[in-house]
Amino acid sequence: MKALGSSIFSRLVIIVPYVWLLLFFLIPFVIVFRISLSTTAIAQPPYEPVFSLADGLSGIIDNIRQLSFDNFVWLTEDALYFNAYLSSIKIAGISTLLTLLIAYPIAYGMAQAPRTWRPTLLMLVILPFWTSFLIRVYAWIAILKPEGLLNQSLLSIGVISEPLIILNTNWAIYIGIVYSYLPFMILPIYSALEKMDHSLIEAAQDLGCPPMTAFWKITFPLSLAGVVAGCMLVFIPAVGEFVIPDLLGGSQTLMIGKTLWNEFNSNRDWPVSAAVATVLLLILVVPIVFFQNMQAKADEKGR
Amino acid sequence: MKSLGNIRRSFAPWADPQSKPFISFRNITKKFGDFTAVDNLTLDIYHREFFALLGASGCGKSTLLRMLAGFERPTSGEIILDGQDIAAIPPYKRPVNMMFQSYALFPHMTVESNIGFGLRQDGMPKAEIAERVQQMLKLVKLEQFAKRKPQQLSGGQRQRVALARSLAKRPKVLLLDEPLGALDKKLREETQFELMDLQQQLGLTFVVVTHDQEEAMTMADRIAVMSHGKVVQVATPAEIYEAPNSRFVADFIGDVNILEGSVKAAGNGRVELSGGDFTVRAVSDAAPAIGTSAAFAIRPEKLKVSRTAPADPAVNTSEGEIWDIAYLGDMTVFHVKLPSGKVVKTSMLNAQREVENPIGYDEKVWVSFAETAGVVLRD
Ligand SMILES: Nc1ncnc2c1ncn2[C@@H]1O[C@H](COP(=O)(O)OP(=O)(O)OP(=O)(O)O)[C@@H](O)[C@H]1O
Ligand SMILES: [Mg+2]
Repeated sequence: MKALGSSIFSRLVIIVPYVWLLLFFLIPFVIVFRISLSTTAIAQPPYEPVFSLADGLSGIIDNIRQLSFDNFVWLTEDALYFNAYLSSIKIAGISTLLTLLIAYPIAYGMAQAPRTWRPTLLMLVILPFWTSFLIRVYAWIAILKPEGLLNQSLLSIGVISEPLIILNTNWAIYIGIVYSYLPFMILPIYSALEKMDHSLIEAAQDLGCPPMTAFWKITFPLSLAGVVAGCMLVFIPAVGEFVIPDLLGGSQTLMIGKTLWNEFNSNRDWPVSAAVATVLLLILVVPIVFFQNMQAKADEKGR
Repeated sequence: MKSLGNIRRSFAPWADPQSKPFISFRNITKKFGDFTAVDNLTLDIYHREFFALLGASGCGKSTLLRMLAGFERPTSGEIILDGQDIAAIPPYKRPVNMMFQSYALFPHMTVESNIGFGLRQDGMPKAEIAERVQQMLKLVKLEQFAKRKPQQLSGGQRQRVALARSLAKRPKVLLLDEPLGALDKKLREETQFELMDLQQQLGLTFVVVTHDQEEAMTMADRIAVMSHGKVVQVATPAEIYEAPNSRFVADFIGDVNILEGSVKAAGNGRVELSGGDFTVRAVSDAAPAIGTSAAFAIRPEKLKVSRTAPADPAVNTSEGEIWDIAYLGDMTVFHVKLPSGKVVKTSMLNAQREVENPIGYDEKVWVSFAETAGVVLRD
């Protein structure tokens, strides 16, 4: 009886994440996808056809016939979308790289710190989350603008004679993304490094590795899982980021999040914005699935 | 292959005042905070010696090895390796390799690349590396596991990989921290002999840490018995066993009966102790003062149990009663209760398959031993 109870319990535990994904990922995605196959209409909601059980089976079949991939075709015809995707990926890629370069030494330092300090250091990394994301991004405007904090201090110590134009350029976006997503990169890398057995480094040194070589041959490969996780946690949301490019980037910044927002709010073109979102998802999910498959295969080979 | 016995028998550089030690620990102290892990220790190890460190858990064996490998700095004292003070040499430049107690295998590398790691580091040509790795795999009998990752191996297999990895570079000095602890008895005995062969063939110096005294006795030229960061005795296995210099060593190595008494006579290479169940008459160079208390240590196999009192009045004798019998196959262990209530342990080889009328429980017996059978220990 007890065994039965516990087996039901363990099944329930397994089901929970699937239910979650179904409710909050798959169903919304199906709805978005379905909207992307519709056409715009001046109506409420602003697209057609609208499915209704009242139409009966034949009505629904009729509605399904009206669905089409025209919006996806449209995305390929206007270069704007392609450029927006490309530029988003570029900006997100550069930001992810910068974040990694800054986060890795921080995570490494934290993992080397005395054990008693580590909880405090972790707290400090998470501390910025206690302030609203929006407020922190606005604060960057005050820092980066031509007469802002950064320029004033640089001018006053004489490093520069002209204010630097950072705000409303891609640099401001990089700074914003790096700053906002840094903890998401630090935490997985730290957790990978912290788990590492220090005697591995000693073993490498014992076998003739100077410290730097030991780092590249042992420490870094062993933290790779954390690096990959961190990069995904930064890259994926950064591609679709809207707030940071909108507030810090200039009007010429092309990012897919902004394009999507424009289609949705300014043009009220739900079907096209749904198509943009669907393609975005594909762009992000397909490489991840591919990557995971490769990793699983590599693991398999080691067996 | 030449028998080891002949080479070994003549190998005793420590007895030769001319020979220079290869490794010298000089007044080494290591403190962790205010805890002293190694306490003013001085120890010489000779070239091509198979040296074993034996001692209870936490007595500082690993710490000593780690100082030699360069992972810990002595708080004071110096370590001389091959005539050179190695304090300033970083671990990756020392001609010393260590097999870690925790194995420390690289989890992201296969068995093969683990073993070849040090060789690649030295820039050895690829073909040679492959050959050496194969040789090492064969030595530790892991040929068919070459492509596995460490986490896909059993504990004993991992230990063998660690051993192979530390051996691959053929360092001048190899430090082995509990190299065989996770192996089963049979494989362990095989590997012990293989290690000895290898050490002889390659002419390396081995320093082995072990908990297992039998292992130390089997492999080592000399054994250092450690306790609380100090070396208590350094000697050959036979000396350690037959002539322990203290109660601690006598007790730590093998089984021993300690007979307490006070010194009644001493001199001319003889000591007489009285008190307890025996009047111990022993041949001994120890010259304790008369009237002081002393102890006599005697191994179980040197105590004789018989039904009749020994005829020779010179031997040390006491009555007793069989208290417990343990049949171990190769020998039988008797626990004999002496008149004072003290129980001594004796062992008797089972030379014959069957003994007519064997000694049984509760029988009255005589326990005796020869004058040269044990050692007198001063307190
Ligand atoms: N880094 C350290 N910090 C504080 N104390 C330590 C440290 N390393 C070792 N010690 C202490 O030093 C003592 C000796 O440790 P060591 O590892 O040398 O023991 P050992 O003889 O190898 O024991 P075992 O047989 O269990 O491996 C132990 O009491 C241990 O707690
Ligand atoms: Mg140890």
